[in-house]
Order: sequence, then C-alpha cells, then structure tokens
Amino acid sequence: MAELLRVENLKTQFHTDSGLVKAVDGISYHIDELEIIGLVGESGCGKSVSQLSVMQLINAPGKIVGGEVIFEGRDLLKLKAHGPEMRSVRGAKIAMIFQEPMTSLNPVLTINQQLTEMLELHLGMSSKEARERVIELLGMVGIPSAKSRVDDYPHQFSGGMRQRVMIAMALSCNPEILIADEPTTALDVTTQAQLLELMRDMVEQFKASLVIVTHNLGVVARYAQRIYIMYAGRIVEEGTTKDIFGNPRHPYTIGLLKCIPRLDEEEGRKLVPIKGLPPNLINMPPTCAFLPRCSYNIERCSQEPWPPLKHLHDQHYISCYADTEEKNR
Amino acid sequence: MNRPQNDTILDIKDLKMYFPVTRGLLRRKVADVKAVDGVTFKIRRGETLGLVGESGCGKTTIGRCILRLYKPTGGQILFDGEDITSLPDKNLRGVRSNIALIFQDPYSSLDPRQSAGGIVGEPLDIHHWVGTHSEHKDRVEQLFRLVGLDPSMTNRFPHEFSGGQRQRIGVARALACDPSLIICDEPISALDVSIQAQIINLLEELQEGIKGLTYLFIAHDLSVVKHISDRVAVMYLGHIVEITSSRELYENPLHPYTKALLSAVPIADPFVEEKRERIILKGEVPTPLNPPPGCSFHPRCFMAIPECSQAVPPLRDIGGGHKVACIRV
Repeated sequence: MAELLRVENLKTQFHTDSGLVKAVDGISYHIDELEIIGLVGESGCGKSVSQLSVMQLINAPGKIVGGEVIFEGRDLLKLKAHGPEMRSVRGAKIAMIFQEPMTSLNPVLTINQQLTEMLELHLGMSSKEARERVIELLGMVGIPSAKSRVDDYPHQFSGGMRQRVMIAMALSCNPEILIADEPTTALDVTTQAQLLELMRDMVEQFKASLVIVTHNLGVVARYAQRIYIMYAGRIVEEGTTKDIFGNPRHPYTIGLLKCIPRLDEEEGRKLVPIKGLPPNLINMPPTCAFLPRCSYNIERCSQEPWPPLKHLHDQHYISCYADTEEKNR
Repeated sequence: MNRPQNDTILDIKDLKMYFPVTRGLLRRKVADVKAVDGVTFKIRRGETLGLVGESGCGKTTIGRCILRLYKPTGGQILFDGEDITSLPDKNLRGVRSNIALIFQDPYSSLDPRQSAGGIVGEPLDIHHWVGTHSEHKDRVEQLFRLVGLDPSMTNRFPHEFSGGQRQRIGVARALACDPSLIICDEPISALDVSIQAQIINLLEELQEGIKGLTYLFIAHDLSVVKHISDRVAVMYLGHIVEITSSRELYENPLHPYTKALLSAVPIADPFVEEKRERIILKGEVPTPLNPPPGCSFHPRCFMAIPECSQAVPPLRDIGGGHKVACIRV
C-alpha cells in the first residue's frame, strides 16, 4: 500500500514554570492507505500530544520544535497553523475524534448546526444540501430516526450516541486519515465494542486510514494492523500486531503484557507488575527513560544516551540495547 | 470478634433500593429509580466475589447498602448472621468497623489537608481500636508496611504521593480496624496500566496473609474481575443475571448478556482475537427509571422470544452453584 502520511523526528515541548517538558521527543511513524495503526502508551507518554501536533493544535506553552509531517507531498509543519492551507487539511483530510464525547460537542448548538458548518466550510455545500448529507451521515453511524434528531442538542443524546455524532462529524468531509484519541475510554464496555466495530466499518467504507490512540492493548490487538508503543515521549517498539504480541522485544512492551489480566488466562496466574512509576517528563536524563524500571538493565544502558530504533526484521523495530530475546522465551 | 464463625459472611436476600423521583413544590413522588431490584447472593468467608456490570446497573448501590450508607427499600442484609438492614445508626458503628471500603478515585478520596498517617489512623480513633498514643503510632506504621509503603512517610500529605501510592494509603485505611469484609469499588480503574497490577497483587497478597479476609470487588472491567475473583456476579439494570465461579463464567457463560459482555472485552493477543466470536449488542442500556417489562435485557437480546417480555425471569440454579436468570437457558 502507498504511504499516506509520514512523521519524521517530531518534537513537541512545553515550557512550564518547573522546567522543560519534552512531551514528544523525536518520534517517527507512517500510515499507509487503508491501514489501521495503534499508538499505545500510558497517560503522559505523549501519544495524544503527538497527534495534536500533526493537526497543529498545540497551544502555548507548547511548541512544535522540530520534525516533519509529510502529507500529500508537503510538510504540514511548514504551513501556518491558522492559514487556509492547514485549514483545508485539518478536519477535512485529517479528522480527529476526541476522548470526551461530553465536552467535544458544543452544548448550545444543535447537531445540525455543528455538522453542517464543516460541510459548508470545507465542501462549499448549500445549507440544504449539507442538512441532507448530515441526516445521511447520522443514519450511517447508527443514530435511529436521524431525520427527527438532527435538530436536537448534544445533551439530548447519550454518551455513546454523542460519540457516534463525533464519528459522523469526523467522516463528513471524506477524510483520508481518521485519528481516534482514546475514542471509547469514557464509555461502557458494550458501547465501546459497538463504537469500535462502527469505526472499523466506517473507515473501510470511506476508504480512510485509522489511527487508534489508546492505553488498551486489547483494543489494538483486535483492530490494528501495526502498532507503535510509546514511553516518555518516544516510540520504544514498533511492528505488526503479530510481532508486538507474538514476539515482544522491548522490556516495556514485555512488562505491559505481563502485567495486564487476560480473560483467557490460566487460573492462578500471577501478574508481574512493572516496578516503579512512569517518569516525570520534566528535565529527563539523557539515558533511556525506562531504565529505572527495567529488569534487563545492562551496563551500556546507563552510559549511553537513549538507544536509537534498531531494526530486527521486516517491520519490527525496538529502541533498546539489551538482548531481550533469550530471556523472554 | 466473639461471634460464632460461620461460613457465610454476607447474606443478601431480595435486596431492593429505590430512589424516589420527586417533582413540584410539594416534592410529590412521581416515580422510582429502581437501582437495585431484588438481588440475592451470598459471600463466603475468605472468598472474593466480583460484581460486574455497566454504569448504572446498581453495583455501587449494592456496596453502599451493605455499608448501610443507604437504608434499603426492601430485603435483608445479614452480616455475620446479624440482620443489619434496619439497625439504628447508633449500633451501626460496630458493624462498620468490620466492613471497610476502598474507593475508586485515589485523588478525591483522601483529605488533602490530613497527613497520610492521620488518614490511616483515623478509623483507629473512631472505633477506639487502640489505647495509647504509642500503640496508635505502631499500628499506623504496621499498616504502612503491610501495604508496601515506607513508615517514614506517615507525615507526608496526599499530594506528595503518586496515584498508586495513594491507593495504597486507601487500602491501609480500609485495613486499619482489621475488617472481615472489604468492599472494593472500582479500586484500580483510575490508575495507569502498569500500576494497576501492583494494586491487584497487593489485594491478593493481603488476602493470602490475613485469614478470612473477604472482598466484594466491584468493577466494570471483566478481565480484572475474572482475575481476582473466585466467583463473579453479572448485573444488568438492578438485577443479577448470572452468578458462578469465575472460571465457569468465562468457559461456559449462559446468559446472553454475559456472552455479549465477554465478547466485548478484547484480549491482548491478536492470535486469539482472530478466532473469537463477537457479539455486538444493539442499542444502549435503558434507564432504570422506566425499565422494559419482563426481562430488562430483552430489547437488546439476540436470543429474545415474545415470552421474554412477560415476566422477570428468576435466578435459577442450573447445577454446581451456577445461577442464571434467563428463560432461554
């Protein structure tokens, strides 16, 4: 498949009173056409900030300090954040679904007003055409009697329904890439399953690519084709879903898989927690940020800077000096 | 502590908790929210019973009824053979030293202006558990060590601790008066993935170390509940729809809602995920203000027949302690 978006060495930093926070510290990834990728990490690892950076939605005190986002042959980071060119991309060609369906819709505007705005702005539709399209979209995402509900306000919808509206909104301009930032975290289990299936079907139907940003390894195991594991602002392991789960090689990935309970586990299985805490991103040491929690910890780790991504095979890369293969078997 | 030791620590019979909905100046009662509507189960001494269900199914309400934070509308709660359903407030204190609660949010459940030692030691004062000042100090330090915190940290304040450490303080507080039953209400859902395992293991180790310690583990995450529980009760709209051992629940789920709930939880393994059957439910959980007639699950059920809307199905034992409330089983 052809490559759709390539992010190279993206760096986003926040200048805070207590110091410099390198929220995203040189990450590179790519998305192919019609692909579903997963971006996995714990809170504060920079997974959301990296996606907001791609969309140029970073506000002060945050700043994108380096890197490239290549989309349709140009570097999006060279475009002015509020210029017409970036606007024609943001929301139209790259759309985003946010975590909180409660807060990401405007409570004082009807669903129709919020959704037609995009269609009129990006596609130049008349308000009548836009309304027709909105009703059609709402029907597609499974909102019953869309025609009568299009003039309702967000509070008249349940959480799951609001997230469906968000999906309809994100798809309204036929985007090429859909970024879903923890799309189902705030929702109930059965609703989560409904929405993830819906999202997968919709990107297939709209021939779009999907980026799932999540902390839930199960979700990416089910839906993603390739996975990037993030820790403290960097990608520590990348590979196909089968590489990551079948042969995890970075100590952090291995640790994560050992510390989550699984439905199909043997009775009496003990979880092996990762010791210590996720790092504070302020004034980080130059060495590997996972080092204090790592059980492999070789001499080289504390002497050399953060290891660069090392190619293992095919699409599988890790950022680690230690030989994790043998111990893991 | 001199009560006869029997096998059942908690016996709940036909528990009902209705919350009135009032309207108008005179606060006339216009309806009831049937949060818990006829729930019956037992917890054996030393076991862990998991209570799962989606938001609004009444699982937290059951926990609060057991602590008598609510006065139940109907039914009976027998704790250690004693009926505590309508115990007057002045007699409740003795019961409450025997039943403790661990809360979901380790940030809002600790008083920010009280030191960690003060928080953990407060139950000791309230229940006159220790005599002298030095006994008090010893007990607090002992509790800190028990949950894996450094006793030298008793003078610190909650904001100086991480989320996982705060939850440990919550656990220490719950253990202070040597309770026989701890109600854990979503104790890990606010924590990071790599920290969750630490708290799960702590709870398991405590149960191994303290003879007869019983947990009622309330959570929405089925894989966590299955991991920690001996038996699991699945709730839907104020009713228990299935209750059985956690192994049987995963290997042989009988109620259609349990099947759907299990299939909605993704397993972090793409090789397993490929082969799993997925049941995606229609619609969302209805409001408990106006639940559907008969089996409250029938409008979403993939096995429903017309008879399902006629009467509420009773919880039947189908052998080996596996109980299910469904006429199609």
